[in-house]
Amino acid sequence: MNAQQKWTAYYTILIREILRFSRIWIQTILPPVITTALYFIIFGNLIGPAIGEMHGFTYMEFIVPGLIMMAVITNSYANVVSSFYGSKFQGNIAEMLVSPVPNWIILAGFVSGGIARGMAVGAAVTMVSLIFSKLYIEHLFVMFTIGLLTSTLFSLAGLINGVYAKSFDDISIVPTFVLTPLTYLGGVFYSISMLPEIWQKISLLNPVLYMVNGFRYGVLGIADIPIWISYLIILGFIALLASFSMYLLNRGIGIRT
Amino acid sequence: MTAALAITNLRKTYDNGFTALKGINLSVQQGDFYALLGANGAGKSTTIGIISSLVNKTSGTVSIFGYDLDTQRELAKSQIGLVPQEFNFNVFEPVGEILINQGGYYGIERPIATERAERLLKQLGLWEKRKEQARTLSGGMKRRLMIARALVHEPRLLILDEPTAGVDIEIRRSMWEFLTDLNASGITIILTTHYLEEAESLCRNIGIIAQGQLIENTSMKSLLSRLDTETYVFDLVEPIQQIKEMGACHFELRDPTTLEVSYHKEDFSLNQIFAFLNQQGLQVLSMRNKTNRLEQLFLDLVEGNKA
Ligand SMILES: Nc1ncnc2c1ncn2[C@@H]1O[C@H](COP(=O)(O)OP(=O)(O)OP(=O)(O)O)[C@@H](O)[C@H]1O
Ligand SMILES: [Mg+2]
Repeated sequence: MNAQQKWTAYYTILIREILRFSRIWIQTILPPVITTALYFIIFGNLIGPAIGEMHGFTYMEFIVPGLIMMAVITNSYANVVSSFYGSKFQGNIAEMLVSPVPNWIILAGFVSGGIARGMAVGAAVTMVSLIFSKLYIEHLFVMFTIGLLTSTLFSLAGLINGVYAKSFDDISIVPTFVLTPLTYLGGVFYSISMLPEIWQKISLLNPVLYMVNGFRYGVLGIADIPIWISYLIILGFIALLASFSMYLLNRGIGIRT
Repeated sequence: MTAALAITNLRKTYDNGFTALKGINLSVQQGDFYALLGANGAGKSTTIGIISSLVNKTSGTVSIFGYDLDTQRELAKSQIGLVPQEFNFNVFEPVGEILINQGGYYGIERPIATERAERLLKQLGLWEKRKEQARTLSGGMKRRLMIARALVHEPRLLILDEPTAGVDIEIRRSMWEFLTDLNASGITIILTTHYLEEAESLCRNIGIIAQGQLIENTSMKSLLSRLDTETYVFDLVEPIQQIKEMGACHFELRDPTTLEVSYHKEDFSLNQIFAFLNQQGLQVLSMRNKTNRLEQLFLDLVEGNKA
């Protein structure tokens, strides 16, 4: 395939992915918006005033970046894992496997689809947050790139889950038992400086912490962690997961018998 | 001329240790209409899966129009259109989009893919359904959708794994016509089927797989010429109780008005048999072939291979 044909194949996958989650927006876009709105109401509006200020911001203002990030993470992941597993389950992954499209284009297409959903939901959640709180944009570039890179990372993770998944149970195990705990403990609702020292140390092992803090730095200009470390960790994980994904696709694991 | 498909020593052992293909050698010439027959589980779909990159082979080589599947994968893949045995499209995707997307994976830009999709959907009687989700199609329509999908990138080799399973007689006939025209336009076709009549009326050459081995690879003509026994069923006007012998010609009375006649083609002609029946004063109302002749031969071959 020449470059033009590869580009065609890439945008075909991307458009197909975007259409897929748009067609079922009631399952894909609406739920995270509603959940996040509830978080804003309960934690921000009702409980927040009792907590007081965090680093000079109201509690509501403090959790907005974390909640946006949480929505981006879960939706990027969910999009790729369900789309990839779905196409294995229905067999239509074969449409791509019989064609000459290279694996890295398939990977790029699925991941871009995950990013598209992550960004769409992220934007929707951000809009909702405007009802409850003023949106600060301290460092637009940081906010945007950390959001995009995090979305990339979790789209890749979703793809790997999709490759290994053998049943619909398998696509909810990781989100339930790994992703949700990591995000809740990743500083969405608190600053780790509030934790005892030992828990602060343990928290540093959680990659999500670096993303939430990176994003919060972009929005509010505050973070528990230097921003360059956030970039380093996220990019490192992306490189790792992307290579692993390519290895899986090249070997045909889970998709070729 | 390079073969449309050349397979040498193809072996496949699945992860569970089962060896489905035990060294297949097969070559299909350009322009051929080739039937790949075999009982359930013989290894037809496994062979097709390897040719179309859906199954990893254990060893052996596959080349498509001279392009090696291992070293010139992209070129080899571009030549093939696959109609798999099982429905494998996204059932929530609209029919038209399935075709346009498939074109896209081959690098065909949307406007061109859209035009081709329109032509194919019209040819295959699915144009009215283009905006419907694929799950709303009937079984026969789904089969036709898979044929259309396999042709969007204009392959030179079309491989169909049981394309007419579950398709009604009328549509089957129109599919035959469609495939015959396609073949006449120069596209090489390989087809598997369990309807031997279908293979007989469509295909020029034929391969039979049994237990992972190619036990027959010949022209349909020469295979059929090997059939030396004919068996006819005669419906008689008047009931009879018994019938005289006529040398090596074998008569069997199924019921008082149904007579079965088997004979070797070298020994007798139908005229002789009719003359004999006339002598006995028997009147034949109608006659038909007992079974599809190819079916019997197929069973003999596959049976012989087991022994
Ligand atoms: N994924 C798999 N793992 C293990 N064994 C398999 C797998 N797929 C097929 N087989 C076995 O390989 C053999 C050949 O199967 P194949 O599907 O190629 O047969 P076939 O000739 O297409 O039969 P049919 O006419 O029923 O479609 C069968 O015994 C089957 O059980
Ligand atoms: Mg089969």
